Order: sequence, then structure tokens, then C-alpha cells
Amino acid sequence: MSPTLDDIAPLEIEAGTLQSHHSELPEKGFRWVLLLSLAIALLTLAALLAFILVSGAPRFNLQLFTNMPSIRLPEIAGAQSAITGTIWVIVTTAVISLPVGIMAAVYLEEYGNPNGRFHRLVEINIQNLAAVPSIVYGILGLGVIARALALGQTVITAALTLSLLILPIIIISTREAIRAVPQSIRFGSMALGATKWQTIWKQVLPAATPGTATGAILALSRAIGEAAPLLLLGAVTFITFNPNGLMSSYTVMPIQIYNWVSQSRDAFHVLAAALCIVLLLLLLLMNGAAIFLRNKYQKRW
Amino acid sequence: MWDAGETILNLWNVGVWYGDYHALRGVSMDMRRNEITALIGPSGCGKSTLLRSLNRMNDLIPGTRVDGSITVQGQDIYAPDVDPVEVRRHIGMVFQKPNPFPKSIYDNVAYGPRVLGQKKGLDDVVEEALTRAALWDEVKDKLKSSGLALSGGQQQRLCIARCIAVRPQIILMDEPCASLDPIATLKIEDLMQELASDYTIIIVTHNMQQAARVSDRTAFFTAKLDGDGERFGELVEYDVTHTMFTQPKDQRTEDYVSGRYG
Repeated sequence: MSPTLDDIAPLEIEAGTLQSHHSELPEKGFRWVLLLSLAIALLTLAALLAFILVSGAPRFNLQLFTNMPSIRLPEIAGAQSAITGTIWVIVTTAVISLPVGIMAAVYLEEYGNPNGRFHRLVEINIQNLAAVPSIVYGILGLGVIARALALGQTVITAALTLSLLILPIIIISTREAIRAVPQSIRFGSMALGATKWQTIWKQVLPAATPGTATGAILALSRAIGEAAPLLLLGAVTFITFNPNGLMSSYTVMPIQIYNWVSQSRDAFHVLAAALCIVLLLLLLLMNGAAIFLRNKYQKRW
Repeated sequence: MWDAGETILNLWNVGVWYGDYHALRGVSMDMRRNEITALIGPSGCGKSTLLRSLNRMNDLIPGTRVDGSITVQGQDIYAPDVDPVEVRRHIGMVFQKPNPFPKSIYDNVAYGPRVLGQKKGLDDVVEEALTRAALWDEVKDKLKSSGLALSGGQQQRLCIARCIAVRPQIILMDEPCASLDPIATLKIEDLMQELASDYTIIIVTHNMQQAARVSDRTAFFTAKLDGDGERFGELVEYDVTHTMFTQPKDQRTEDYVSGRYG
């Protein structure tokens, strides 16, 4: 027999062969390191939540929703203008960004030539845009939307800017949802004499709806928490009326929180924490809805 | 048998290109009304490619081009003024893997008529299509439940019902039983023979027994290499099925149908 064949000849199984030949420590140690990492992440989050709940609890009451902010009387101040402002801005953002984002995704997935130069350029840039810091969108909104388009410090300026901010996220998640619709569904529809548009409208988009909705909710919940671009855009930090239209001045929850935290009196800090609870509950609700949609409508083909 | 049906589809020197690749070359044959024509041959011989070019489903694959001529009842389906959407409406297709839409059984069958603009009388269309597809009795009490909840064989019959609801003249079937068990396969085969009294059926199959059982005529395709070493598919022999299986003229056909090759 040649040496090469000998090298990999089957090993005999003898007494002791099947007993452990490595030390236990790395196996167990590694497991503890992993658990510790998880604990750091979870405990930090828990501490943060506990801190906010405890600090905000005294003012987490109906007044927060019914009263306007007050600079002199923190004990009766509320955040109604910020809560309605957030609703105005987010609903307008959704109305603008969802149709545009979904249609852009449909074009890229169903009409564009995936091997074309233009297509790849757009693809890379959408990925990059999703990673651009939000303050940069704030500068863009300030220069182009607020000043050049002269829309000023209004709800529509904020909604347009936040739409730009979340468009890449909506496009990316919608594209993934569309891509998950099997080709056989499109072929089945076309083979029955449906046009391309009918196939997209009646088969592809309905089948992609759960994924699209999940992505849209997550994108909007990101927009709700944004303060940085809106600070630049002149969301006014102290406003005692609800917005009454797209051209109205406004404030939103993160801005109101920022305003209260920067006050010197402690009573305002309690208010800030209470409004944080509202914001967190809203985000929890939206993310919960996204998870619910994803689990409920998970398709099996 | 040989002189029974009139010619409904005429293929003359048909070739199919994928980009620069000439995948199928020089196919000339006639398919007759109310007959079942089987296309058989080893993998990669171009039979599915040919089938998809008969209702312009190949148009959906970028870079595909067809030359030669394909006429249905005398009309060139690749003429510049022909709308591929209309071609597909009159020449329907059933796919290898059952592909019901993620909708109710009713909506699956009503989909075709609906996209063509029909709003009234859909109940009757759905019942008739399901009856013709031999599925009505099994699903009449659960028309609202999802088409995906049916068994594989039922799903395939649902796809056939969906296809005939738009009243096509010709039905193309691309290995319709490839993913079904033998009993479901037999049901589909019985169904095909019943449907042949009203429709013209062209079926691609890997199963020679199936071709022998159901078809009136069989076309045998094979792949070979051209002078540049490029593999392409061509039609070897086309005749009445019985003749193809008992007295083929070409040695390659005989080898294939007797199981010595492919």
C-alpha cells in the first residue's frame, strides 16, 4: 500500500476512542460570554424603560392629552399640540411616501431591466440613501422645500422631508415583498390573457401587501421618532395650538420632549418623561402591528 | 385518424433564440383541431421552449426571439399588429407545477373572465368551467376556500378550469402531471381526452407511456451538436402516435421510445 492511502485509512474503534478528548472549559465559557452580551443589551433597555416609566408616571395622565404646553405652569401643561402635530405630520408623510415608494418599487422590480447600468446605479444609490443621516435630509428640506419652494415652517415641509427620509426604506421593503411573489403567479395570470398591468394590480400587489405594509409601518415608526431634521426645518418648540392644515405651524412629540428636557425646572423633566411614554407606546403599537401582519399573512406557496 | 382534424396550428421552419443562442432550429409541423399532440424528447431538446412560443409566453423571458412562422387558423401570431395578450387568451396554458392564485377557488376560475371585463354571469362560468375540469363535485361546497388548500391533482384541475373559463381554442400543457401521483395523473389524462372533443391540446411530457396513452400524434425532439459544438434542439419525427411507438422511421426515435436512450 502507498503511504498516501495509509494516511486516511479507517481508524480502529478501541476502548477509550469514544470518550471525550477535549476540555470542557471553552465550551461552557463561550456560552456564558454570549449570555452576558445578551444581558448587557436587555438590561440597558430595561433600565431605560424603568427610568422613563418611573420619572414620567406622575404626569402620565389625561391632562397630557387635553392641555396645551405652558411655559409658566408645568403642573397643568400638556402636550396636545405635539400629539396632534405628530398625527398630522405622520399621516401626511404616509400619504406622500407610500404611493411614491410602492410605485418606484414596482417599476424597479417589474419594468426595469435588472442588468442595465441605470438599474444598478439606482439600486446602489437607494441602498446608500437609506443610510444617509437624517440631519442631512433636514438640511435638504430646509434649503429646497422650506426656502426654495417657499413652503416655510409648515406641516407639509416636515412631511415632504420625512417622506424623502423614509422613501428608500419603503422602496427596499416593497421590492423585497414583490420579489417574494413567485414567478409562476405572474405567468399564470399572463397565460389567461391578463395584461402586465392587470397582473401587477390584481396578483402581484395583493400578494405583496403584507410585506409592503410591514415595511411601511416600520418606516413610519422611524419617521415618528425623528427630531433632528425637524429641528432644522423649524418645527417650533413652543406651540399652543393644534395644526389646522398642511400650511400650519406645528410641533411634534420628539421636539416637545427636547424642549421640556432643556427647561431648568424639574417639573418639566417629568413632563418630558411622560411624553416619552406616549411616544414609546405608540411605537410599540406600530411595531406590534407590523409583527402581527407579518405572522398572520405569511404566505405559503 | 390521420385525416380527421383540419390544421389549426401551422409551424414552418420555427427557430427560437435566447440572445445569441439558437436553442431550437427548423421545426415544421401541423397540429390538428380537436386532437391531442404530444411533444416528447430528452431534457434540453427544446420541447418546452417550442410550447411556450406557441402562445408567446416566451416573450416574457428577456432576450427571446422566434423566427420562421407560427400561424393559428391562418393568422401569424408573431405578426407586428398581433397583441400577445390576445394570443394568450385564445391559446391557454397549464404549467408543470400547479400554480393556483392565492385566492378562493371561485376567484381563481373567475379571474380570467374578470380581467377580460366580464362582470355578470360569473357564477355560471365558474360552475361550467369546474364541471368541465371534473372538479365541480369535489369543490362545490367550498368555493370560498383557498385554491392553495386543494391537493396537487385538484390544484392542477383548478388550473385547467381557470384556463377553459376564458374559452381558449387551444390548450398548451407543459408536463401537467410531472408533480402528481399516479392516480391524480390518470384523472388528468382522462380529463384531457374528454376535453379534446372541444379543444385542441398540445402536451409536453417526459412520460412516454403518457404520450402513448393520451395523444393522437406524437412529435419526437432531440438535442444535438452543431458544427461549432453548440447544443440545439430539433424535431426528429412526427407522426400518428401508434406509428411512432410501433414503427418509427428514425433510429433515434426507436431508441428513445424503446427506452434505450434519454
